[in-house]
Amino acid sequence: MPPSHPKPENEVDGATAWDANGQLEVLTFEVGDERLAVEAVTIREILDLLPETPVPGAHALVGSVINFRGKIIPIADLRIAFGMPLEEPTPDSRIVVIEIELDGEETQIGLRTDKVNEVTLLERTTSAPPPVLGMRWRRTYARELARQGEAVIVLPDLPAIFASLSHPQGLGGGETSMGHAA
Amino acid sequence: MSEQDPAAAFRIEAADLLDATEQALLDLTHDLASRDLVDTVFRGMHTLKGSGAMFGFDALAAFTHHCETAFDKVRKGIVPASAELVAITLGAMDHMRALVDLDADDPALDEAGNAILERLHAALGSAPDAGGEAPPAAQPMPAANATAAPGGWHIVFRLPAEAMANGTNPLILLDEMRELGDAEVHVLTDTVPPLDELDPTLCYLGWDVTLKGAATREDIEDVFIFVMDDMDLSIEALESEAPPAAGAVQAAASAKAAAPAESPRSPAPRSARAAEESVRVPAGRLDVLMDRVGELVIVQSRLAQLAESGLRGPAGELALRSISEEVERLASELRDTTMVLRMVPIAALFGRFRRLVHDLAHETGKEIELVTEGESTEIDKTVSEQLADPIVHLIRNACDHGLETPEERGEAGKATTGRIRLSAEQAGGEVLITITDDGRGINRQRVRAKAEANGLLQPGQVVPDSELLQMIFHPGFSTAEQVTNLSGRGVGMDVVKRTIEALRGTIDMTSEPGKGSTITLRIPLTLAIIEGLLVRVGQGNYVIPLAAVEECIELSLEEDIRTRGRSMISLRGRLVPFLRLREVFQTGTRPDPYQKIVVIGTGGERVGLVVDQIIGSHQTVIKSLSGLHRRLPSFSGATILGDGGVALILDIVQLVALGQQQEERLRAAG
Repeated sequence: MPPSHPKPENEVDGATAWDANGQLEVLTFEVGDERLAVEAVTIREILDLLPETPVPGAHALVGSVINFRGKIIPIADLRIAFGMPLEEPTPDSRIVVIEIELDGEETQIGLRTDKVNEVTLLERTTSAPPPVLGMRWRRTYARELARQGEAVIVLPDLPAIFASLSHPQGLGGGETSMGHAA
Repeated sequence: MSEQDPAAAFRIEAADLLDATEQALLDLTHDLASRDLVDTVFRGMHTLKGSGAMFGFDALAAFTHHCETAFDKVRKGIVPASAELVAITLGAMDHMRALVDLDADDPALDEAGNAILERLHAALGSAPDAGGEAPPAAQPMPAANATAAPGGWHIVFRLPAEAMANGTNPLILLDEMRELGDAEVHVLTDTVPPLDELDPTLCYLGWDVTLKGAATREDIEDVFIFVMDDMDLSIEALESEAPPAAGAVQAAASAKAAAPAESPRSPAPRSARAAEESVRVPAGRLDVLMDRVGELVIVQSRLAQLAESGLRGPAGELALRSISEEVERLASELRDTTMVLRMVPIAALFGRFRRLVHDLAHETGKEIELVTEGESTEIDKTVSEQLADPIVHLIRNACDHGLETPEERGEAGKATTGRIRLSAEQAGGEVLITITDDGRGINRQRVRAKAEANGLLQPGQVVPDSELLQMIFHPGFSTAEQVTNLSGRGVGMDVVKRTIEALRGTIDMTSEPGKGSTITLRIPLTLAIIEGLLVRVGQGNYVIPLAAVEECIELSLEEDIRTRGRSMISLRGRLVPFLRLREVFQTGTRPDPYQKIVVIGTGGERVGLVVDQIIGSHQTVIKSLSGLHRRLPSFSGATILGDGGVALILDIVQLVALGQQQEERLRAAG
């Protein structure tokens, strides 16, 4: 479901692209016990689970690939980035295919989710950047925390998360290195 | 090119013509006495002049005409070919290129052209005669007075018998002569045989032409330039019968008629030209493609008939299976032939560098020889174009920093002529391009000093030699102490590296002090479909490029246990290291009882890969991995299997290197 509206022009790298009314259209989904949101403009498709091919030697965050309409795209498990325990997929599990710019290159990535909720509007007035303390994961990985009723929705900074893969000090998650190479 | 723009067609033709002529000129520098080469150059210029004038590129035609006239002196043996003359002519070729690309008249370019012509005349030692000195655009066909005949010419010519079979059309020759002036043509039929001996494909006729007008002998010879070698031609000056003024007036009139074409040409936007891209495909390949398409249409109608007939049961199944097999065969053939259409020999790319090296030798005062190998290696056209700039840079670097001056080489006991070797070869789904020079090699101390100055290295930090050499690919790294005209213009090796990596290739460097350096580019055959060997390791499927596979052998259980921790097998008296891919990939599965070793090799180095199962050969469409996985050392890409699943393609060169490292470790351990 490619979005019909174009990317807001005021979007700056690393900043949340609120529109003129201070709103942001997002897709919300669940990973573990967190409710996450991704800008609707970046969503390409929502897929049922597909057979995945593990990539030996790759970082566990992007440990496998799938065939998405003839393209080979990585599957990302955000649990790794947020330090959550891994879990088996459920009947509600879906793959959300997004397209974001990484290293100046449009990259499609499938996000593993436990449940896809809805497309909704986040309000700037009820959102704030993550606090300095009280987060169980790296602060730079979230752009906004938005309140919606009782729940808190986390808007992850996906480029920051994936960029950390290029830098060795990156994530605290499980690195599956090629054991013999050392 | 959807629209047939004649000017664009001419530009493509002219570019090819200029390239070919330039190659001949460069050959001429090595063999100044070669008449063939002089003729080739002359003919190239002549064709360029002719078609340039035809398509309205008058400035080009006029300029080329002067060069051609000058070069004609060489052709006639009046002036010997000299290195200086060739150098000037090469400059003239550049000017012609500029004129070909030019849309509107540009006075600066005219001046540059005149300067080149002056140098050309100076080199020929000819007192610039009336025609030669005039500004090129003004006088399309200047008369070289010395050879003009006041009374016109009497020309008798007979074409070789098979002329028409070779594509010569006498009517065009006659028309060209008519353009030179008032021509009276008589046909000579004296050699026409009796009817029963007449071969209708041969040309028996001769022509007797009386030409009035201001044409010179050279103009007339120009008409016959392409057939002159084999034909009988006599050109005699006629005594002045008619008042000469008549001819002169006529010539002036025809010159006027030609002139107005040059000014009102509207400037077309340059960018439009850059966008269109064309590939030259040998006609044979298109024929093959057409055959396949024809077969496909037939199979399609068979399929339609079968569907129509409603044939069920075993007979229907059989018919359907036969059609399916046919389609499968056709699909694979069509795919192969279509892929090949995009491939061009790398010779075209290499050809450009000869000129570069020639110019560099002049600029640096060094003696440089370029040797090319493997020019028939085919590479995707797009890749070939994108490789041009990086290789230019690498060659510049080699000429500028790598090679020494003749004196320095003499002192070092080397031949005074430095040699740059450019070679290409295909190796296992990749093209290897190496650029080797026999110069002074990389100065490690200087690289280290620079790296320390830039903070890339800590003072005294110990790094392996290969890593030290990799430093030169860092942005802003240049070891040249003085920035010369050639290199050190800020476009560094880092740009080269980035371009190569954008092509999913790699760049490596080795260097031996005093002996020279070698840079190796490994470029994957993009878009390529390769034959692969599909294997299973644990739960995963992997593809090994079949071109790299040397043999498959069984690893028996006993041997498996015996070789634990040693991982070497003896293969016909040679020890070959092997990698257990299950361990490399950490599959965490139990080995199959009958594991196989796939022995792969590149460039003489071999390594065995232990897999659980060999599934079979697989037509592999190479898909690139996303940026998140591209840095992985073991895989060069991925492919999609028949069931929609994904198989990763093993990177042979990396795995071989891994095997070699392992072998070295084992050796070191004793």
